[in-house]
Amino acid sequence: MEDSIPVNQKIEHQELGETGRPWEETVTTSQAPELGLSEALELEQGPETGLQPRSSPPTMPLSGARTPDRPVDDLVGLRASFPSSAFQELPSTLSPLALARQDFMAPWQSDKTTSVISEAETPHFGHLEQLSDKGGSTLHQTCQSKGNTFHQSQQTKYPLYELRDVSDHTSKQKELRFDIFQEDDSDSNCHLDQPESGASQVAPSMLEIAIQNTKAYLLKTSSKSGLNLYDHLSEMLTKVLDKRPENAVDIIENISQDVKMEHFSKKLDTLQNENEMLPTYEMAEKQKTLFLQGNVEGADQELEDEIAEHALPNIMESAFYFEQAGVGLGTDETYRIFLALKQLTDTHPIQKCRFWGKILGLEMNYIVAEVEFREGEDEEEVEEEDVPEERDNGDSEADEDDEDELPRPFYKAPQAIPKEESRTGANKYVYFVCNEPGRPWVKLPAVTPAQIVIARKIKKFFTGRLDTPIISYPPFPGNESNYLRAQIARISAGTHVSPLGFYHFDSFEENPDFEGIQVIDLVESLSNWVHHVQHILPQGRCNWFNPIQKKQEVGPPLLTPISEDLEIQNMSPWTTRLSSNLIPQYAIAVLRSNLWPGAYAFSNGKKFENFYIGWGHKYSPDSYTPPVPPPVYQEYPSGPEITEMDDPTVEEEQAFRAAQEAAANSTEENEETEEEEDEEDDYD
Amino acid sequence: MDAESLLLALELASGSGQGLSPDRRASLLTSLMLVKRDYRFDRVLFWGRILGLVADYYIAQGEMETQTSVVKGRFMGDPSHEYEHTELQKVNEGEKVFEEEVVVQIKEETRLVSVIDQIDKAVAVIPRGALFKTPFGPINVNRTFEGLSLSEAKKLSSYFHFREPVELKNKTLLEKAELDPSLDFMDSLEHDIPKGSWSVQMERGNALVVLRSLLWPGLTFYHAPRTKNYGYIYVGTGEKNLDLPFML
Repeated sequence: MEDSIPVNQKIEHQELGETGRPWEETVTTSQAPELGLSEALELEQGPETGLQPRSSPPTMPLSGARTPDRPVDDLVGLRASFPSSAFQELPSTLSPLALARQDFMAPWQSDKTTSVISEAETPHFGHLEQLSDKGGSTLHQTCQSKGNTFHQSQQTKYPLYELRDVSDHTSKQKELRFDIFQEDDSDSNCHLDQPESGASQVAPSMLEIAIQNTKAYLLKTSSKSGLNLYDHLSEMLTKVLDKRPENAVDIIENISQDVKMEHFSKKLDTLQNENEMLPTYEMAEKQKTLFLQGNVEGADQELEDEIAEHALPNIMESAFYFEQAGVGLGTDETYRIFLALKQLTDTHPIQKCRFWGKILGLEMNYIVAEVEFREGEDEEEVEEEDVPEERDNGDSEADEDDEDELPRPFYKAPQAIPKEESRTGANKYVYFVCNEPGRPWVKLPAVTPAQIVIARKIKKFFTGRLDTPIISYPPFPGNESNYLRAQIARISAGTHVSPLGFYHFDSFEENPDFEGIQVIDLVESLSNWVHHVQHILPQGRCNWFNPIQKKQEVGPPLLTPISEDLEIQNMSPWTTRLSSNLIPQYAIAVLRSNLWPGAYAFSNGKKFENFYIGWGHKYSPDSYTPPVPPPVYQEYPSGPEITEMDDPTVEEEQAFRAAQEAAANSTEENEETEEEEDEEDDYD
Repeated sequence: MDAESLLLALELASGSGQGLSPDRRASLLTSLMLVKRDYRFDRVLFWGRILGLVADYYIAQGEMETQTSVVKGRFMGDPSHEYEHTELQKVNEGEKVFEEEVVVQIKEETRLVSVIDQIDKAVAVIPRGALFKTPFGPINVNRTFEGLSLSEAKKLSSYFHFREPVELKNKTLLEKAELDPSLDFMDSLEHDIPKGSWSVQMERGNALVVLRSLLWPGLTFYHAPRTKNYGYIYVGTGEKNLDLPFML
């Protein structure tokens, strides 16, 4: 049994890193325990032999051959998984052997195994330090060398760990008995991975030396990362055997990478995650306010008020119908928008409110709400328009005074067409936008006819930021908020439709006697739908404003059926569909605009709703061509005094001079005769 | 998007506003299964929906193309509809060369197929790392793909065109040195012309990244960072946005 001693020293354990020390210690103390060891061994023989057959198959190739008479042979730093509870029971099972175990092991984690070891039983000896990997605990023993207190009770330990599957946990307990054990000697045992220790013992065979050398090599820690190959391979194999993926050989490199990353994942992750998750948390925080109710005081009163208020529409109901048509934002998102609209109605004095739609942008999107303020509560608009005009006049006057010499241009800018009053025409409704539900709502300014006219000539994507300048030709008078407002006005005028009869012809108010139209009729004939938003004239207004001497522009009146809409190159401007062909009795009629892709309307006969989701541009079958600049303005009328003429040629000049001289001679003669006549007269 | 994860995918792509009604969703799930069985595909993907005037096309793509770019206008919705397209073709007659107008008829079916092909070649997107190439050639799905990290997800360079690489050879050696040959074997989106033809947005805080193509409006690609969920769907009229340079 003398061989058992070297074996002890070969016991494995993890990364020690201190190769030199244990060595010497083992050498010195190895002799002492021999006797004791042999006794212990005998005691243990029984259980160990039982263990033998089990342990042999999984031994790693490193450990070399096991000879039957050396139960404890090798090392096998196999990893096994131990439940911590089983571990605790060890002492009891070993008590007969007087195993005093101290802080042996920290709790094991069940899915990883650590190769363990030899444990020094005496307090002097090391304590096991547990290295925690993400998945496993590795035991680490640092031994302190001290005097050898060798107790009879100490046992040699044979680290027999078998590589087990997770399912083997139940048998752990028994196996644990065989595990461990430690060893005597004051120290060295800890560092038992030193293969060289064998040298002090009875001469080990060449094979053993080779094995130990190989193992030492594998256990060498890398100077870069502090890992060693041995541990890495063990971890990898453990992972593979635990998870049993398909085609493991194909993804082994990825597994290797993952294992390596796991070492570093802990600390860095928390920092990185914090930075990245911040926007998510911010968003959630903002949206939390949506879900909180307003102040609790007077809650009862408010509840009654809220129920009586019908400013907020039932968006979930409309969303349900639109979903039948295949249009919508998803239930979750719609609900948040619902709450955001509620917030809007709570903070502003709003009579009626509607979810108009969503306009997509490059960086952010816009959620648009169409709102009508209560009577008299209309927010005042800043009078910005007058101010620039005054300034212009002032400037031109100053110019005049300073430089009278410069010719005044004849150009007179055409009179600016005034925008429509609020609550009429294109400014009938006020629009609020926000980028995401939870963000504050921003009111869009009223639209001017000039903006609409130019918006018709340009085609630009929205970026999502309201203050972006619009760089285009013709130059758009305003920034993105104005452009957005103009497009919203055009889309509303072009695509907001309702079933015929819903609104009164005369008063344009809701018709309480509306009986509904059959869904089939709504789908089959476009004349059952009418526009209920005024058409925008080419001038940019809905109601004609007459600048000097222009012919009145006429557009289709309100409540024109959409069958009268112009076709787009032989294509009908609207497409109708039944929401479901399979269950027609509960289907709804869905209208889709071909002129403004993204505009939808639905009706189930009685109810209807309009919605827009898209990029905010009109469809044109031809490609967009930017308009040509206007012709150059005539600076001054051309007349003979400024028209350039050819210089006369030499012959012409001579002829001219000759003619002049002839004329001069004749006039002199005339004058002389005249003077004579005059003189004669005077004498009379 | 995969037939199996269709419902989840539709929910994630719903930010663009066009989805499917419950009616269509249910029938689609069933019919995708049937297509898979009948044609013996390995995987069936729901590619998207093209809106026609009379009817819509719902397109499924299975794993196991022509010159129709000359036809303009919306799809009819009737696969047997024939487009008449007059082309000027040069005809040699004797010594004279003159142009004759030839009326070419193209069926909507063929047009549909080629449009789908065009869209796929132009804007089908896959995140970096989802596929990898083995030295022997075949390209495999990466089972350990855990998703892009948040910082990577916001960059266009982490997404590739799902097609044969066209621009890889044109890269300088310096750039090539940084590429990982097993992962970077496709063109990245960041070199697309015109620049800015993709809109990258984060939705739901940072929980979802959505790429929308501006060249083929209606194509939406979504990916939830740090998860395996990604996919794309096309719902639109099937027309290229040729006005893109004016609109940026």
